[in-house]
Amino acid sequence: MTIWWIGNAVLLLVIAPVVVILLRGVLSAARAVTSTVEALQPVAEAGSKDLDAVELLNTTQEQVSQTVAVVANYGGSLDTILEDA
Amino acid sequence: MEPAAVVTLIAVVLVILALVVYLVAVILELRKITAALDAVIASVGGIVTKSKPVNGVVEAINKDLSAGTDLLEGLLDKKAGEDDAAGLVESVFPGAGASVLERQGRSGEVKNIDEVYTRGAVQLARLGRESPLGAGAISGAALRDPTYASAAARSLYRNPSGPITEEPGGPRHRPRSPTIGVDAPEAADDGQASDDSTASGR
Repeated sequence: MTIWWIGNAVLLLVIAPVVVILLRGVLSAARAVTSTVEALQPVAEAGSKDLDAVELLNTTQEQVSQTVAVVANYGGSLDTILEDA
Repeated sequence: MEPAAVVTLIAVVLVILALVVYLVAVILELRKITAALDAVIASVGGIVTKSKPVNGVVEAINKDLSAGTDLLEGLLDKKAGEDDAAGLVESVFPGAGASVLERQGRSGEVKNIDEVYTRGAVQLARLGRESPLGAGAISGAALRDPTYASAAARSLYRNPSGPITEEPGGPRHRPRSPTIGVDAPEAADDGQASDDSTASGR
């Protein structure tokens, strides 16, 4: 009977508080992750929106190709017109 | 029932209650995290999709620009000479002359053209616009003869001697602004050129 009471005391004074402390730690960590992920959401959306202009790179590429072609034509003409050093 | 058994039951029930309360709270938080991550992943997927073609496009742009740079530097080397080409580039883009020397496979100091003439003047002189500065070289002989420097340009015209035909019915000169570029004619076209020259009065 004495051992039973000792067991009850250990259960109430040691095991139950330890369980509560551990569970509270897990809950606080989960809440911290939640707030972090929720803060990440608008950042990712803003990053995605910033990349909308990437499509214009195709136009830039075409313009660069055309410009280089024009420059090459002028270079060919200059090569004909100007004397070499 | 003995009192010790009652206390044991109460203790066990308390522990189980604590487990239930906290684990349910953790489950709810994990669900919130899952929902937020779903939204974030959608945005991240958009970022990945939008940035996927960037490498290829930028590499193509760099390739085109490098080809243009090589072409212009080659032309500059040919027309101004390797020594002055780096100096000319340096005068327009400070610090870039050393890169030109590296691409030429050479080293040393870049010829300092900018201290002698202004950028625009030295370019015109070096490129043979018949500027008097062409005769006043920075060091050594002039790159171009100021008197006969226009020979190559004038050779584009049918009659380089002037606007007046040398003999009646002879070949008539082309207009003074020839077409340049890939569509430039190799030889003078009598019909259209004559009309233009007549209209211009030269």
